[in-house]
Order: sequence, then structure tokens, then C-alpha cells
Amino acid sequence: MQLDGKFGPYGGCFVSELLIPALEEMEAAWLDARQDPVFQARLTDLLQRWAGRPTPLYRAPALSAAVGCEVYLKREDLLHGGAHKTNNTIGQALLAKRMGRTHLIAETGAGQHGVATAMAGALLGLKVKVFMGAKDVARQQPNVRRMGLFGAEVVSVHSGSRSLKDAINETLRYWTETVAESFYVFGTVAGPHPYPSIVKDFQRIIGEEIKRDLLAETQRLPTAVMACVGGGSNAMGAFAEFIGDSEVQLIGVEPGGRGLDSGEHGATLIAGRPGCVHGSISYLLQDEVGQVQEAHSISAGLDYPGVGPEHAWLKDQGRARYVSATDAEALDAFTWLCRNEGILPALESSHAVAAALASAGQWQRDDVLVINLSGRGDKDLAHAIAALDARGAGGAQ
Amino acid sequence: MTPTPPLANHLTETIRACNAAGDGAFMPFIVIGDPDLATSHVVVDALVAGGADVLEFGFPFSDPPADGPVIQAADLRALAAGTTPARCLQFIAEVRARHDHPIALLLYYNLVLQHGVDRFFADAAAAGVNAVLVADVPLEEAGPARDAAAKVAGICNVFIASELSTDARLAQVAAVAGGFLYAVSRVGITGEQRDVAAGLGAQLARFRAAVPLPTLVGFGISQPSHVAAAMAAGADGVISGSAVVRRIADHGVGTGRDLDTLRDAIHTFTAQMKAATRGAWLPPDI
Ligand SMILES: Cc1ncc(COP(=O)(O)O)c(C=O)c1O
Repeated sequence: MQLDGKFGPYGGCFVSELLIPALEEMEAAWLDARQDPVFQARLTDLLQRWAGRPTPLYRAPALSAAVGCEVYLKREDLLHGGAHKTNNTIGQALLAKRMGRTHLIAETGAGQHGVATAMAGALLGLKVKVFMGAKDVARQQPNVRRMGLFGAEVVSVHSGSRSLKDAINETLRYWTETVAESFYVFGTVAGPHPYPSIVKDFQRIIGEEIKRDLLAETQRLPTAVMACVGGGSNAMGAFAEFIGDSEVQLIGVEPGGRGLDSGEHGATLIAGRPGCVHGSISYLLQDEVGQVQEAHSISAGLDYPGVGPEHAWLKDQGRARYVSATDAEALDAFTWLCRNEGILPALESSHAVAAALASAGQWQRDDVLVINLSGRGDKDLAHAIAALDARGAGGAQ
Repeated sequence: MTPTPPLANHLTETIRACNAAGDGAFMPFIVIGDPDLATSHVVVDALVAGGADVLEFGFPFSDPPADGPVIQAADLRALAAGTTPARCLQFIAEVRARHDHPIALLLYYNLVLQHGVDRFFADAAAAGVNAVLVADVPLEEAGPARDAAAKVAGICNVFIASELSTDARLAQVAAVAGGFLYAVSRVGITGEQRDVAAGLGAQLARFRAAVPLPTLVGFGISQPSHVAAAMAAGADGVISGSAVVRRIADHGVGTGRDLDTLRDAIHTFTAQMKAATRGAWLPPDI
């Protein structure tokens, strides 16, 4: 490896020796592609004309009134595919092509990363196999069908807790068996080096656009940038450009599930402690001896007991702060945004909206809060409506 | 003068002694606590009675990405029985009290990390462990484990080599590895397979030239014919995991559980595998 992939004491490359050659090759291809204007031009062209970048930065009037400051939504929900995930999958699929790989493999939780990988594979003529926990296959059917339409094969994972962490284990196993022909498109800023750095690189365009558009409109930096945190890629993408601007608050929102005291949540940075899983050291939900615990969240994309190592380091340094929103608060925010802004957010992104609504009254009137609306909620309709019906709120009064 | 680690040498010497007699060493693997600690003791005694030379133990882990379905299932059974790292160490101390066979561990890093890396190596050595292979610690991340092993006598770190290992990488392995070199017969995860990969001979010759430790071949070694093929390719011994664990699943678990049958199955399998190593060791070409 040319770099150690460490963020303070976090990160690293904790994988079987058998995967090191592939990761070394990937690191070299990425470092090379970063400097290659032809690669960058192709990436930019696809992001713009195929995927629809730049996404709007939208001043949300109802949300601004409710929170008590200027609230902007970064509309990653409008990106092709329906979430920020596409930024990363196009980038990694181009890297795979550069490395001569013919197959893409990926894990997926909500199915968004799987869909984004399937689309990228269809675009670039690469075969795609997506591993998805059986539990998530059941609650994210529209995305399972979408992956099929794009020609991807979806493998339902029945091992362990049958959710995202187990899908990652299974993808790592399959990768180890097929490392010569397949490229593992990792979905978030976690995993072994170089993934946390590669995914951050491909997602940082979110924060770059926020900064550029906000400066153009208001001649100022945001007071705070807020984003939900599953593995942490949309948050890192939104934060990266502002890490050096110490006056900009960075706020990550973790899934509080049924409440932090219930033990059923995915608030890794708030309630976990450092450990090693899936290739890097970071905060981890684990028992006292180090067995990884199952996370819980109403949103499949946040249902993960680990988190990207750079978030761990931002937390320890006090550079970012992490709060949580429960399933119920996220569901409230989901309906609130539909009714009041005419925007259907992903359940993941609804956590960030919920935390913003909960922060009402804590801001000066002219503070600027940017929420990264990481995805749209079409994929969540069946699940969210069932949850709303179950609590008797109905959807249509 | 730091003393040479006697127990780590015990592992290397045991393999060398097998080789000196013209045989390969046989190292079976089980997950401690699969399906419970008492059964693991029965299995260990059957492995020893059947002729195992070295014992390899796994600690059950919730998320084992280097393992195929057979060993994943063993991990889950052991975890369901409440097997913790502390109980695993206690188990090893009990085995050590009965048998002086060298013991190697194969486990995942988070269990070591949460125990405390230094404390883990000290406690493992005290329990009687001679060598530790951490499945998710490649050379890049081996510093803490190497330093921890250096602080206690009798324990060393084991590393993996495969067809993908470059000569430069093998030279780095040679500088930190102890005990034996774990040569994987194919790039993949643990599990049984039909044949031993062609081309193993050239690989093992390369390993032998680069790393001055005995080479044991593992991953997929599940029948006597595999043992014969690995020995003919120049192995100093073989490791067999999934095939042992599958027998535990067949005869030690659920409605099919029958300890006498289990004991017999493990003993017979071990004896057959060991027999295939006899007289099969090839001295390295000069
Ligand atoms: C819309 C959306 N937002 C957020 C996430 C969480 O991932 P990350 O924390 O990497 O952004 C997902 C994951 O599937 C997602 O689909």
C-alpha cells in the first residue's frame, strides 16, 4: 500500500492477506485516476449528462419557518437513481474498467447502492451481482425489482442477522473467491483502505456544490451542515469541503431506532466503542468481548453497526458532532416534508430532517443550515405507509 | 540476552520432527465451543488419538468473512452456547493439561483488540498457545500483534501466503513470521473442495525458498487424496478445517447427536488424513 489509510487511530486495512493485492491495485488505480484529466473529464461528463449533476441547493421555506433559520436542502434526492449513491458507483465502475475488471459486485442495505451499482454496470457494460440481506430484500422490494431491470443479479443473504453487515461479509467472501475478475464497489466510507478515501473522493462533490451555490446566492458559508449517517458516505460527501472551515458546524444524525436506551438502534458513534470489523477500526456496536451486535433502524440504509473511520476521528477531535433521531421522529419528518415542502424524502434522509426540526429554536434567524437530503422516498413507500398505518396515523386525512 | 521462545519452537520442531521421520504434519482445526465446550474436549481427544500432530483452534466470531458456510455455522453454534474468548482460553489451558501437542489459533482481530492486544498474547501464551494467525491482520497491520508476541515467550505470529504473494511480500513475511507458513492452496475462503489446485508445487517451492519455516497447506484440504496431492507438491504438512467441522455438525449437533459416533468419525478421519502424510514428505531440492 502506498498510503496507510489511517484517520488518527482509526481506519487501516484489516483484511485477509488474500485481498491485499486487489486493494493495492485499486489504490494505485485510484491515485492514478485522480491525476488523470481524461478520467476526470469522463466522470464529470457522466455525472452531468447521465446522472443530472449538479443537484439543486433549495431554500426550503416551510422548514426555514419551522426551524427558525435559513434552511437549505441539498437535493441529492434528485440525482439519477434517487440517492447520492450514484456519485460513488459511477466513479468506482470507471475505476473497475480502468483496471480491466469485467464484473462488479456490491453489498446493499436499502438497495440504493445496489441500484446505483446496477445502473453503472448497465451504463458501462459490466456484469453486476448484488448481495442483500434477506431482511432487506423483504422491505425494499421496489429496489430489488429495479436492480433486476438493470440486469443485475440480486443474491439474498441468509447468514447472520440477514441485513447489511451480513451482506458485506458475503460480498467479501465472494470477492475473495473471484478477486481476479471482480471489482468490489463498496457503498460507503467504511471498509478497508482505500475505500473510505475513494468513496469520500467521489462524494465530496456534494459539499463542493453546496459551498459554490451558497456562496453565489448568499456570499457566505453555512452555519451548519447536517446529514444522516449510516456508513457515513453522504455525510462525508457533504462535510469534506467544510472540514477546514472551522466555523462551519458539522452535524451527523444517526438512527436512534426505538430509542438509545432500548438497545435497538444504529447509533454507532454515540453508543458504540472502537473496534474492528469489515476491514477497518472505527466505532462499532459490539458486546463486551467484541461480538458485533445487530443494529436496528426503520431505514434499511442506516441499519448498520459500524461507521466510516473518518467519522470516528472527526468525533474524537470534536470537529463533528453526532446526534440521533428515532424511527418515530424520522417517520414524522418523512410525512412533514411531504406535506409542507412537497418533497418525499428517503427514510434515511428523514433522520436528518427530523434532527433539524428538533433543533428548532437553537439557531439565530440568519443562521444557514444545510441539510443533505441524501435520497428520495419512493423506495420506502410500502414500508413507511405500513409503519404509519400501524401506528394509526393514517396517510390521508 | 532474550531467551529463544521454547514453545513457538515446539510447534516448528514438531513439524520438523514429522518431516525428519519422512511424514507430513497433520493439523486439524475446530471452533472452540462448537457446539459446546464439553463436546470440543471430546473432539480434541479424538483428534489426538487419531494422530493429529498440531491442533488449530478458532474462537467463534459473529462476522467471519474469511470463512465459508461450514465454519460460519460452527461459529454460530459456539456463540449460541455462550462461548467467549475467556472461556476459549480456559478450554485451551485444559487441553494443554492433557496434551503437549502444539496449539495454533486462527481468529479475528476484534476479539484480540477488545481483550487488549498485549494481554491477549500474554494470556494465550499462558494457556499454552504457541502460534496465532489473525485472519484479518495482513502485514500492513501486524505491528501491534508482532510487538505483543515479542513480549511473551513461546508465542509467535503466523502469516498466510498464496499464489498472489509476490517475492517481495514473502521476504517481508519471512521477517516477522514464526511457527509455520500458512499456504493457502487456492485463493478463496475456507471450505471443502474437490481437488487440490494444479501449480501448487511451483508455489510451494517459491515459499520454501523465501520463508525459512515449515509450510503447511490449508483451505479445502478435506480428503486423504488432497493430503497426498499437497505432500507431493512439497508441503511440510496439511491443515484441515471444514471437513472436521462438518463431522461435528453431522454427529455432534441436534437430533443426530451421538458422541460415540462423533468420536469414531473424528478418530477415523484423522487417522486416514494422518496416514496420507506418512512417508509422503519430500525433502526440498537443494
Ligand atoms: C438515501 C440514503 N441515504 C443515506 C444512506 C446511508 O448511507 P451513508 O451513510 O453511507 O450515506 C443510504 C444507504 O443506503 C441511502 O440510501
